[in-house]
Amino acid sequence: MSTVETELPEPASKIELPAHLGGGGDIPTFDITLRVRRYDPEFSEESKWEDFTMTMYGTDRVLDALHKVKWEQDGSLSFRRSCAHGVCGSDAMRINGRNRLACKTLLKDLDTSKPITVEPIKGLPVEKDLIVDMEPFFQSFREVMPFLINRDHTPTKERLQSAEDRERFDDTTKCILCAACTSSCPVFWTDGQYFGPAAIVNAHRFIFDSRDDAGDMRLEILNDKEGVWRCRTTFNCTEACPRGIQVTQAIAEVKQAILARQI
Amino acid sequence: MWSWVGHRITGVVIFIFLLVHVLDTSLVRVSPEAYTAVIGAYKNPIMGLGEAALVAAIVFHAFNGLRIIAVDFWKKGPKYQRQLLWGVLALWAVTMIPFLIRHLTIVFSNFFGGH
Repeated sequence: MSTVETELPEPASKIELPAHLGGGGDIPTFDITLRVRRYDPEFSEESKWEDFTMTMYGTDRVLDALHKVKWEQDGSLSFRRSCAHGVCGSDAMRINGRNRLACKTLLKDLDTSKPITVEPIKGLPVEKDLIVDMEPFFQSFREVMPFLINRDHTPTKERLQSAEDRERFDDTTKCILCAACTSSCPVFWTDGQYFGPAAIVNAHRFIFDSRDDAGDMRLEILNDKEGVWRCRTTFNCTEACPRGIQVTQAIAEVKQAILARQI
Repeated sequence: MWSWVGHRITGVVIFIFLLVHVLDTSLVRVSPEAYTAVIGAYKNPIMGLGEAALVAAIVFHAFNGLRIIAVDFWKKGPKYQRQLLWGVLALWAVTMIPFLIRHLTIVFSNFFGGH
């Protein structure tokens, strides 16, 4: 964004420079096999793998492959996606055994010589194909009261905050509620009552906000048997987060805040 | 996640050992002869290898336990968890190699040496 002067008259993708002029030339293509976990309760209670083969471009993402299947091969394939640019958090899925956003995973970064497996995220009830019931996830999210609670008089302008105070919880403001973290947590897989990393991250965002007054209440909620103490620091959530949030670190900070408060 | 899985498995292994250990040690109160017989039965290479595995489990569990404490209470713990895990594995190897050399020499020399 900083190089406004050198901006091309047209988006770079529309100008096709041959390789000897510094352009990339033709976009490379390759054949891939997409192995999707299919489930349709109207036909069968069993889920099964289904393979789709197609030719894709080097610039394509897993989401483009799913689109190609849905639009050209099998319209019954169901998955969520909205913005398709890694912001809305709709298309978290388990790709090659790792939770990622389909819209942020380039096919060329995966091993295209083997089938690419795509499954719904784990720990939440599957509704159809790659769509899971997100309600338990959002239930935990609501329980931590993810909104500003301030009992002072409502100011006539914005509530000011120092840059340092803002920095304190900056990392946890990045959450897009895709559930990649919560559904990567082995504790959550076996204990659906656990709040899960995403809810704790969103509690952290307000607990450490200097403008918020309900930090104690949130700490009380998370000081539950199914709260932060369920975390076994497996770091799966930190590795799964498509936004790079240091999730386990945030959970550790909430744990420490609960301990510090009780002393 | 695998450090956590390893921690769990070694934890269960150690628990089972302690259970057996409490039982065989308490046998000395019942009958010292039976105790001697049971302890004598442990003196074979299979149990020797089992002891090596037990020490391996305990050493990993101990060092990884310290790592988990660091992750929970040291401010930079979560950031350096991966390096800490390498540290745990390095310490594990440093502890295990001399132990295995000494332990297995004793075990096998007793067995093959016809003690």
